[in-house]
Amino acid sequence: MIELTDISKTFHAGKPNAFMALEGITLSLPLGRMTVFAGPSGSGKTTLLSIIGGMARPTTGRIRIGDLEITSLSERFLSDLRRNRFGFIFQDYHLIRGITVLENVMLPAYPSGPVHRDLKKRALKLLESVQIEDKARSPVEWLSGGEQQRVAIARALINHPETIIADEPTAHLDTDLAGAFLKIMTGLVESGKTVLIGSHDPLVVEWKGVHRVIRLRDGRIVEEKMEANLPCG
Amino acid sequence: MWMNPAVLALIVGGILACIAAGYGARLGIAILPNWNLTSGSERQLAMERKTYLASALLGWVMMFEFLSLFMFVHTADHLHDLFVGAMCAAGTLTVNAYGYPALILKILNAVLCGLWVLINHADTRAPDYPLIRVKYTAVLIIAALSVMEIGLQLGYWMHLDPNVITSCCGTLFSTDRQTLAGDLAHLPPVGTMMVFFASLVGVVGMALWFYRTGRGAGVLAVMSGWFFILALISILSFISVYIYQLPTHHCPFCLLQREYGYIGYPLYVSLFIGGIAGMGIGLLNRFKEIDSLTEVIPQMQHRLCLTVLIGFALFGTIAVYPILFSDFRLIGY
Amino acid sequence: MKWIQRQKYFLDFTLSSLLRRKGKHLSLLVVYTLIVFLLGSVMLFAGAVRKTAVDVLTDGPEMTVQRIIAGRHDFIPLQYIEPIQKIRGVRTVRPRLWGYHFHPASGANYTLMAAPDFEYGPDQVIVGAGVVRSWSGIAEDRLYLVGFDGRAHLLKIVETLDSGVDLAAADLILMSASTFRDITGVPEGYAADLAVEIRNPRECATIAEKVVRLFPETRPILKSEILRTYAAVFDWRSGYVVVLLAGSVLAFFIFAWDRAVGLSAEERGEIGVLRAVGWDVSDILILKWWEGGVVSLTAFFLGMIGAYFHVFLASAPLFAHALKGWAVLYPELHLYPDPNPYEIGALFFLTVVPFGFVTLIPAWKAAVTDPVSVMR
Repeated sequence: MIELTDISKTFHAGKPNAFMALEGITLSLPLGRMTVFAGPSGSGKTTLLSIIGGMARPTTGRIRIGDLEITSLSERFLSDLRRNRFGFIFQDYHLIRGITVLENVMLPAYPSGPVHRDLKKRALKLLESVQIEDKARSPVEWLSGGEQQRVAIARALINHPETIIADEPTAHLDTDLAGAFLKIMTGLVESGKTVLIGSHDPLVVEWKGVHRVIRLRDGRIVEEKMEANLPCG
Repeated sequence: MWMNPAVLALIVGGILACIAAGYGARLGIAILPNWNLTSGSERQLAMERKTYLASALLGWVMMFEFLSLFMFVHTADHLHDLFVGAMCAAGTLTVNAYGYPALILKILNAVLCGLWVLINHADTRAPDYPLIRVKYTAVLIIAALSVMEIGLQLGYWMHLDPNVITSCCGTLFSTDRQTLAGDLAHLPPVGTMMVFFASLVGVVGMALWFYRTGRGAGVLAVMSGWFFILALISILSFISVYIYQLPTHHCPFCLLQREYGYIGYPLYVSLFIGGIAGMGIGLLNRFKEIDSLTEVIPQMQHRLCLTVLIGFALFGTIAVYPILFSDFRLIGY
Repeated sequence: MKWIQRQKYFLDFTLSSLLRRKGKHLSLLVVYTLIVFLLGSVMLFAGAVRKTAVDVLTDGPEMTVQRIIAGRHDFIPLQYIEPIQKIRGVRTVRPRLWGYHFHPASGANYTLMAAPDFEYGPDQVIVGAGVVRSWSGIAEDRLYLVGFDGRAHLLKIVETLDSGVDLAAADLILMSASTFRDITGVPEGYAADLAVEIRNPRECATIAEKVVRLFPETRPILKSEILRTYAAVFDWRSGYVVVLLAGSVLAFFIFAWDRAVGLSAEERGEIGVLRAVGWDVSDILILKWWEGGVVSLTAFFLGMIGAYFHVFLASAPLFAHALKGWAVLYPELHLYPDPNPYEIGALFFLTVVPFGFVTLIPAWKAAVTDPVSVMR
């Protein structure tokens, strides 16, 4: 269970250009579900996801992940948290150019110092699961957008995270590719992972595997919708 | 006498070390009253990020202190032929009153920086920066000592006047002169050797006991500190004599020269590592009660204890080897 | 072992990222290598010359006694030998005959010296290698020179000294005492100075005092004083050159700082991604530390090897004049490599240690890139 209590985030606090990106968000997100944060750009989706994922700290409020209070963790422990508990898929994929697909997938595990052979095996298996193992040795810039996103998925999974966070994952994909992406995500949820997606793409919001849609506007929750036909924990 | 490449390098490096430690101290002054980890404010975030810079700078200072300790001795040794009667670093350092105080302060600073790095490591392994206040108070002390150190060094180099007649290491540490170093060299070798070996066995035994039971950290630290100092005295008193195989040569610096196979490097490095690790065990023990460190500290102490064992065992081996395996016999001279 | 594996991953990534940005790092590497090369040449050269000079002097007498008249070096009467010989602790006193000869055709000053037991006949000489090289108009192994009274002398070269102790011997012309007096006009009964051998070097100062008491117009010079002077002069000279180079060294560090601060958008983005996927600030700092380490060590080794070749194989053509400052005649100097921890250490402290300091703050600035930057 991920619990957020009264989260708010103000940028440039105390300055003339102060701006409140989130205001009084209280939420609890059960594990093993797919949740979509929907809303127009500027509604606070990205900020909320980055606070949940330990990339930024809220100005006020508390976050608990399981029994771990993360609000007052040191930078180093937030890094560990990001590395070990979360997998990130970014809108622009953000793969590192000039190195191979395989190295890109292995990258998030480096600071933990796993045995090289095991890590490589794990990475190849993940690439196989997203059907891109034949490109393992190619530099990432040779890949198409859809392929790059699959590499990003493999990279997000390398450290066995409990939660996958994806921000506008379908922004650069056509309908077929978006469908394929959502299928992979549904598969992950079925294998017990929690998936959090920020998107304003109707295709995502209406996707059958989504358990819950939370609509945001101007940094506040305006509507919550559960899929009645799916059991919710 | 500052117009010498190595002296220039030491002076410039020393000033950089002061800047680094000074920056750390300034950061400490800014952090200590305002530190609030529960706040997500941008100021708190910026302070937290600056702690990384402080760690990196102090890490650099530590590396510098260790390397420059040897460089300082080498430079003094190189300059010995500028001074009548000086035959190695020991003589050059007595040319003026700043030489030995500068060296001793350098050793102290190197040890303190080593201990600081240990505390810093413990601090970063906990999620809530439990030692931040201890750490930055210590940085203030290190910064002050660094300034003193460069002051003494400048005093030493500037007052190095190549016409002064100095004693060479043969006379400085010769046993017929009433100086502290002479007194230390004059310690009866048999007695010193017995105390040395008893202490070596004691500290290694204590380390083994601590390794198995995790108890007696304070005792181990005191014994390590004692052994560190005793070992330096023993080098003067008999270890160097056995390595040089000359009953009158008590010099702690010539060990670092090529003539003796640079044996001083492993000797001193193992002693410093063992000593710092041993003292670190006791220092860390004071923070064992802090909630977030209850697991981290025993782990670290366990590893440090292994380091103590390896360091002192290596030191003991190098020190004992010539005593056992050379034909030279000090006893009887 | 986890620690080692971690460092291996970081080093691996550093190397691949250095190769990916070859252009940026190559210019830094070239300048860095050049700086190490310059400073290294100065230090190796000064060290080797100092050592050569010390080696040459080690065989010399403990004390030299000169006669000073009106503050100028004058010839010393041979009658002085006897009383000095009688001072307790003096082993031998030997008169030395030497002087300079300016040869207009080659525009150089040569050292003329009478060897004590010269085995060849009159008008025969042994010369240093530098003489053979520079003396213009050597015909059939004969040196032609004009004596003090205008008479011409034709000297036959019977032997050439090997260039091992070249610095001191290159410009040397050795001959018998009678030939020397014949050419230079130094009267019988006088020598240039007296070389005094002393039983116990520790008594030098006392003996020197006694010599001055006997003959107040003499000046005893101790070998240790000469050694000290040489050592000080070469240390001072190399320090001086280092100070002269300080400007370029400083410029290099500013360049290195600038390079380290000026991250490309791509590089900044990469660090952001690494931070976002769970690398800590300290991990990035380690990465940067490796980067600086690889560049530094490469530059240090290349520069050092270059300096070694420059000084010991090419005889330091770039610095010889500034550092030797010997006489009009520059002997060709073959120095013998004697790199020691002192010189390598000094070079390391002048280059790598400050480089580490200078790149540390920029590295930190890069490392604290906000991970959120990739989400926006």
